[in-house]
Amino acid sequence: MSPLIGAHVTSATRVVPRGRKPQELLPTGAPLTLVDADGRAVPSADLAMPGDEALLALHRKMVLARRFDTQATALTRQGRLAVYPSARGQEASEVGAVLALRPQDWLFPTYRDTMAVVCRGLDPVEVLSLLRGDWHCGYDPYEYRVAPQCTPLATNTLHAVGVAHAAKLKGEDTVALVMLGDGATSEGDTHAALNFAAVWRAPVVFFVQNNGYAISVPLSKQTAAPSLAHKGIGYGVPAMLVDGNDAAAVYAAVRGAVASGAEGGGPTLIEALTYRIEAHTNADDATRYRGQAEVDGWLARDPLARIRKHLIARGLLDEPAVAALEAEAEAEAAALRQRVNADIAHDPADLFRHVYAEQTPDLRWQQQELSAELAAAADDPEAAR
Amino acid sequence: MTAIAERSPGPLMTTPEVTMATALNQALADALTEDETVLVFGEDVGPLGGVFRVTDGLAARFGDTRVFDTPLAESGIVGTAIGMAMNGLRPVVEMQFDAFAYPAFEQITSHLAKLRNRTRGRVALPVVIRIPYGGGIGGVEHHCDSSEAYYAHTPGLRVVTPATPGDAYALLRQAIECPDPVIFLEPKRRYWSKQATVLDHVGTTLDRAIVRRPGSDVTLIAYGGTLGTALEAADAAEEEGRSLEVIDLRSLSPFDDETVTASVRRTGRAIVVHEASRFCGYGAEVAARLSEQCFHYLEAPVLRVAGFDIPYPPPHLEEYHLPSVDRILDAVDRLQWQETRPAVKAGG
Repeated sequence: MSPLIGAHVTSATRVVPRGRKPQELLPTGAPLTLVDADGRAVPSADLAMPGDEALLALHRKMVLARRFDTQATALTRQGRLAVYPSARGQEASEVGAVLALRPQDWLFPTYRDTMAVVCRGLDPVEVLSLLRGDWHCGYDPYEYRVAPQCTPLATNTLHAVGVAHAAKLKGEDTVALVMLGDGATSEGDTHAALNFAAVWRAPVVFFVQNNGYAISVPLSKQTAAPSLAHKGIGYGVPAMLVDGNDAAAVYAAVRGAVASGAEGGGPTLIEALTYRIEAHTNADDATRYRGQAEVDGWLARDPLARIRKHLIARGLLDEPAVAALEAEAEAEAAALRQRVNADIAHDPADLFRHVYAEQTPDLRWQQQELSAELAAAADDPEAAR
Repeated sequence: MTAIAERSPGPLMTTPEVTMATALNQALADALTEDETVLVFGEDVGPLGGVFRVTDGLAARFGDTRVFDTPLAESGIVGTAIGMAMNGLRPVVEMQFDAFAYPAFEQITSHLAKLRNRTRGRVALPVVIRIPYGGGIGGVEHHCDSSEAYYAHTPGLRVVTPATPGDAYALLRQAIECPDPVIFLEPKRRYWSKQATVLDHVGTTLDRAIVRRPGSDVTLIAYGGTLGTALEAADAAEEEGRSLEVIDLRSLSPFDDETVTASVRRTGRAIVVHEASRFCGYGAEVAARLSEQCFHYLEAPVLRVAGFDIPYPPPHLEEYHLPSVDRILDAVDRLQWQETRPAVKAGG
């Protein structure tokens, strides 16, 4: 047996009896909550309330995330971003899940999870590269262990399982958290990933943000299951249904799932109930498929107001501290605006450089062909005029 | 025979014959031995040794953390291989049959092929996908597809297909060492073909074609399952007084223009032979390249001897579909021999 592979596990492929009864795999009936919509603490037998420091960090990152998100939406309206899928209203889920990860864990985000990626510590301008119209993801995935934001639905669930299984084979203490939406749970790859992760007992957290809509299609047309969390039992994956607008509950649930994965407990499925306040993207018209009353109802359950009320009521936060934090968010937004307003310097030759490790003769030739075209255009006074 | 003698057969010793399946098995075993990050997984590749026995004995020898069966989902196999490669391993996965690789198509084309580019070279995916492909074994529907054009059309993938046991070993070893994802197409009707050869991968590169038989009148361009047919056709043509050069492409992407155009510029005539359907098939790309690069050397249009544009036929009818020696010889006869104008060719 090699020293690297296999020394830490007796069998990667044996189906280990989980020792869990079917009912232990089922989610609770009502979503797990620690702080209710009015900011009051709710006693929970399943989740422990995060400490004061953690709650303050959640609040702080949610303020920054929301301001980032509204700034990105504004930049899209100004034409500085090609497109931006907003996650406004989902800050508790985006921030709560990311803050629950350890540095050695991996995050697999989708296109809607830009605020989660920024929350992980990445440079927001690098993160927005693709949405600004560039051809690459901007950041180095290995620096913060954040995969490129995935555009196809659910395909990244399998990448997360692969990274987690490899970590297990190498004896690394690493858990992979993959984000997906309610629509993505209908894709075949979600099914395969839950199944592979369960059979391999891979340390993966499947974090489903159920925000009510897959573009325009409501959940009722997506599934007949009692909840998306109920899908876990079919794979032997324990599942939790969490109030996705309760940052404390999301954080506690993901922390628990990460710890379980790190201790050899295999994957966990978490469904976070939340709501997408904005349309799918700036190109979408949400009034065609949902009413304002519904949106207003969710605005009244705002995740940021909730945690803020809770912290103020407990004396952990006061108005001057909130004002200082908002000023900080405003400064970050101003810096982002300034940096994104500078045009990207594109070199078309870059398009040919990273298709293969070593450029093929065809690509070399095509790159030269394009360069010659551009040079001819630059020399042509007609074209220049 | 001692172990040392096996490694370096002297001039008086007989080189042992190996089948392509054995050569592939040996390549996997040697890669698993030399590189601890190499993993082999797929459907039935564990204790069974694969439906074609290419992974025979590997699970017992290397353990079930390195050679293992997966749940039955091809997208799952390739998708998790991508994640494992992101985390520093070198997965070699098996798709059981050509047509059963299609569920993995999105993972292959949208992620495996693109992630290096998407990350400006920061994420390399050294994944090898072994796919038994092609017909000629009396297989039922969905077991005999030639799917090479789908993959060759996708930027970011290398597509390789061996035609001999020696190449099967050398190319698979090179594919596993390659930093790019490689679609490794194994012509299943040649799994049991034998060759007396020493298995070695030094000196073989992943992207070069090879002249298998020199000739002067026509260049036959073949790969995988059709190489043997092309060589038989060349033997038969020799009896009729025509000298056919046979090229084994080995690498379908990238394409080795140098070897192929050098041959066609010499012979002035070319025929591409493949099992896959003709329309938009790999031969169309070869013919286009030859007309672009060898136009003034050509004495006749580049012809294609290919499968018909029909779903792969059932076992009792596949002989009518597959390129045969006769069909190749008929194509040779159609290469406008009576219209040759030597004066035109003199410039070459």
